[in-house]
Amino acid sequence: MSLKHDIEFTLNGVQRKVTVDVTMNALDMLREVVGLTGTKYGCGEGECGACTIRVDGVSLNSCLMFAVDCHGRSVTTVEGLTDQPRGEALRDAFVAHGAVQCGFCTPGMMMQADHLLAKHEHPDDACVKRGLEGNLCRCTGYKKIVDAVVACGAAE
Amino acid sequence: MTELKHYFAPTSLDQAVECLKDGDVTILAGGTDLTPQSQAGRIKFKHTLMNIRHIPQLSGITQEGNEIRIGALATITEIMEHPLVRQHLPVLVEACDHFASDQIRNAGTIGGNICNASPAGDTLIPLLVLDACVELASMPENKIYRHCMPISTFFTGPGKTRKSLCELVTGVRIPIPGPDHVARFYKHGTRPALDISTISIGFAGRLHDGVLSNVRIAFGAVAPTPVRAGATEKALEGRHLDAAAIEAAAIAARDEVTPIDDVRATAWYRKEMIHNMTKRILGNVAQA
Repeated sequence: MSLKHDIEFTLNGVQRKVTVDVTMNALDMLREVVGLTGTKYGCGEGECGACTIRVDGVSLNSCLMFAVDCHGRSVTTVEGLTDQPRGEALRDAFVAHGAVQCGFCTPGMMMQADHLLAKHEHPDDACVKRGLEGNLCRCTGYKKIVDAVVACGAAE
Repeated sequence: MTELKHYFAPTSLDQAVECLKDGDVTILAGGTDLTPQSQAGRIKFKHTLMNIRHIPQLSGITQEGNEIRIGALATITEIMEHPLVRQHLPVLVEACDHFASDQIRNAGTIGGNICNASPAGDTLIPLLVLDACVELASMPENKIYRHCMPISTFFTGPGKTRKSLCELVTGVRIPIPGPDHVARFYKHGTRPALDISTISIGFAGRLHDGVLSNVRIAFGAVAPTPVRAGATEKALEGRHLDAAAIEAAAIAARDEVTPIDDVRATAWYRKEMIHNMTKRILGNVAQA
């Protein structure tokens, strides 16, 4: 039997209580225990950024975080992001700039872009590229994604 | 083989070091290495998994006398953005800036980087040239025992340190550099983000009237641990930083490192890089 532990945390503004395997990562908890599948599994080792979430305001890879470590913290996923004005603006900018092809990297890109825009006012191309360097996209060649984030920042 | 039987998230240092008494504990901080390593089976959990996040004594960056103390739980982002570090330890900021990606810098801790003891650990090279000390705590009897160990003696092999199984790294102490302090960090890899160093170089010293003293040089990814480069330091100590001294130091550097061939580079390439980049860094210091 694997060791279980009860945790309580805020998920997208709502207090949640869940029981998780102690060795489970936060990504598996979100997808398989809570049932929020917007956060994607890409590489499982922090290289691709598809599983990016925000915890206590900072972005991190949910595949590199223990689920038990969410206890007492505030977690935002892409499902919660799109309820916020910046999330909505990011979604619209991604659509307007054609920054989505297969869409698999998009939730992670949007979460990381959200963190980037919270830290940097009106970022330029270089700043956005630096901020998104932990997120891989295999379709777009990045230009449209960078354009979308720069445009979203300029409009704030 | 023990099996994971217990999860513990202490809220004080006392509780943590007491838990460590039997030594059968896996420590969790940021989790950026423990998660993938344990899931790949490269690290086996011990009897207890101890999450140290809620211990207040392990957080924060403060000035204490002539030292800057960085708590073990300080993330790479917190360090590179902290005014004290930016003012006094720009070489550490430089290394943090080359560390993985934003998401990993936001989660990974300096205590974790030290305890992982990777030969290529990005913060370890500046910590070596800044003469940092690693703070350790344990509970041999019923009282906390704390001591400091120079980081230059801390590493014993890849992933191995002098920290005993009953000890916890609580932070790192760095003396504030004096006047005429100069320092540089250089990391070579195939891409700027999320790359493990092919080689890395740290340099620190006092440059007064063109003469170098108190020279500290460290290399990453060229030996089983991050290493101080004694022969290279000796080639520069007390010397005028002119072309001859720089060339002598670069040759000493190439001769004293003992890299291996691996997926990132050959030993030959690493030696050449150490020579060329030591030369470039020192040239840059001479011209600045």
